[in-house]
Amino acid sequence: MSISGEWYLVLSAVLFTIGAVGLLVRRNVLVMFMCVELMLNAANLTFVTFARELNDIGGQVAVFFVLVVAAAEVVVGLGILVAIFRRKVGATADDAHTLKG
Amino acid sequence: MIHAAFLIPALPLAGFAILLLCGRRLGNPLAGWIATGFVGASFVVTIIVFAALFARSPDTRSFTQYLFTWFSVDRMNVGVGLLIDPLSMTMAAFVTGVSALIHLYSIGYMEHDERYSKFFVYMNLFVFAMLMLVLANNFLVAFFGWEGVGVVSYFLIAFWFGRPAAASAGKKAMIYNRIGDAGFLVALFLIFEKTGSLTYSVVFAHLSSVGRANLIAIALLLFLGACGKSAQIPLFPWLADAMEGPTPVSALIHAATMVTAGVYLMCRINPILHLVPDAAHTIAWVGAATAFVAATAACAQRDIKKVLAYSTVSQLGFMFLAAGCGAYVAAIFLMLTHAFYKALLFLGAGSVIHAMDDEQDIKKMGALRALMPITAITCLVGWFSIAGVPPFSGFWSKGDVLMNAWSVAPALWGIGAVTAFLTAYYMGRQYYLVFLGTPRWSSAKEHGDVAMKAVDHESSLHPKDARKVMTVPLVVLAVLSGLAGFLDLPFHPDFVFLERWLSPVVGANLAHHSFSLAATWAFSLVDAAVALVGVGIAALVWKSAVDRKAIEPRFLYFAWFVDWTYDHAIARPSKVLASFAATVVEMKMIDGAVNGIAAAFRNTGTKLRRVQSGYVRNYALGVLGGAVLVIAYVVFRARG
Repeated sequence: MSISGEWYLVLSAVLFTIGAVGLLVRRNVLVMFMCVELMLNAANLTFVTFARELNDIGGQVAVFFVLVVAAAEVVVGLGILVAIFRRKVGATADDAHTLKG
Repeated sequence: MIHAAFLIPALPLAGFAILLLCGRRLGNPLAGWIATGFVGASFVVTIIVFAALFARSPDTRSFTQYLFTWFSVDRMNVGVGLLIDPLSMTMAAFVTGVSALIHLYSIGYMEHDERYSKFFVYMNLFVFAMLMLVLANNFLVAFFGWEGVGVVSYFLIAFWFGRPAAASAGKKAMIYNRIGDAGFLVALFLIFEKTGSLTYSVVFAHLSSVGRANLIAIALLLFLGACGKSAQIPLFPWLADAMEGPTPVSALIHAATMVTAGVYLMCRINPILHLVPDAAHTIAWVGAATAFVAATAACAQRDIKKVLAYSTVSQLGFMFLAAGCGAYVAAIFLMLTHAFYKALLFLGAGSVIHAMDDEQDIKKMGALRALMPITAITCLVGWFSIAGVPPFSGFWSKGDVLMNAWSVAPALWGIGAVTAFLTAYYMGRQYYLVFLGTPRWSSAKEHGDVAMKAVDHESSLHPKDARKVMTVPLVVLAVLSGLAGFLDLPFHPDFVFLERWLSPVVGANLAHHSFSLAATWAFSLVDAAVALVGVGIAALVWKSAVDRKAIEPRFLYFAWFVDWTYDHAIARPSKVLASFAATVVEMKMIDGAVNGIAAAFRNTGTKLRRVQSGYVRNYALGVLGGAVLVIAYVVFRARG
């Protein structure tokens, strides 16, 4: 027995929403990062689901690109994170608002 | 030998180049001698070419030496060529001759000047430009020379630019000339448009297809150019101010040569003027009016050079009167004799100014005859020449002009005769105030022996004749002034040498008057009487008087308030307009628009900066909201 694609899509939507809400409401930079990863992987799940449903390898290929982008983003993001923590230990995302207009 | 013609302008140009490159090293007085040498050589070449031209039969006395193509654009092909014909050679001969004498004089006159070599650089450049103007075979090269003499005139009027008056006089001359030159340029456009060429011979051959209205426009526009260059109403005030330049400049440029360019142009375009007598008569009337106005102004001047300046304007008016009456030979004749006696008078004035230690007020001179005999005698010749006392040259040339004026309109003759009387009078006034009467300058003797010891030697005056390089030109010019009249005698057809010489150029278009011998004698006698009365009245009035306020009104001293009128009618409204443009148009409108745009951006920026909160979550919310909107749009569109 196989689970129908709708359930995967629902799960993907739920994961994406959790990620998005987490990104908006949390102040801890590390947690915000994890939320971003959650959203990315929710998107990946959607891709894979559709790849299976439509029998199209393209969806799986897209996932690889997303993974690469996510990895690159983490590298840059963690670099910024370290830089922020060097200036102030225990800083939250709201502490980094020097570009305020 | 006629092929040597290119050397005529080339020699002064070479002198200019040499002096420009190493004039300062050559120094004083070598630079002056070199400049004089080149101009003198140019004069010699001119005489050789003149003789070669003279040797030809009258019908073939026109020779074009084509030098090179200046530029060629579409159907416009302008070459630099020299037109060697009796008119251009007559001009070239007296231009180079008088220039050489004035260069020689300048060696002495400018000897204490710091920028000695620079002066001769300009002078040589001037002679080159003037010769290009005179010898050109087309309008555009003539215009090149025309502008060339204009710009050198500016350099030389403002030669002592440290003096504000000289600097502004230079600018004034430039501006007045620009007004005239605009007319000249428009005339050139019109000529090219209608005939497809700018070469004299081609243009004059195609005049029949130009149309009467266009011909009138061309004639009057060229006359506007001539008005600027030759200081005619309404563009004459610059010439009086041009006296701020060194005196040899006044003699060369603002009396003998450059200012005659306008008259030359009128004689050169005689085929055009012949076809439109109305335009020609306009020129005659303007010339007559200028002659009269300037002569009255000359009667009340105090500056020795300004008397001569207004006198020049007046004489130029006579020349235009002649040219406008179709008497081109008379115009050239007067130009020629005027070049001699006016150069002479200016150089004499320069000697007096030098001797008086730069004093130019004739009221502060007097009794110089005994101290400066050569200057006094030569100036006397100049005075009698310009006054028209027989048998000096002015008598013949002015008589020729007046007879032609009568045949066009007796009123013109009347104005001319009154002006001739005034000429004799104001020159007499100047001669009496400068050379005769009582000395009104402070000499060493007046201070007394005791005071003399206290007075610095420098401050006392010992007027005496200048050194040889300055007196020789005076004597030569005096001889020429005295004798030049015999070039063209009215009494017998065999004696009109100048008329016969110029007839290949102007002959067909020359106005012919048919006065009997008796009438000719009558005119001559009247002219002589007018001149002698003028001289006599000057003697009566100024023999023992210095100031006569009644006949030197401010109205005439300020030359009919023309400057004042221009100042109030043009300069001041222009200033008001300019300050309006500066304060309202510039500050409020243009700056206002620019600043307004900037302010609008600044205000919106101030409002929008709140969006940039600096909080990542806000931006994330924005991104999310935007994504939701885009997706919603896509979904609803897909469904719709």
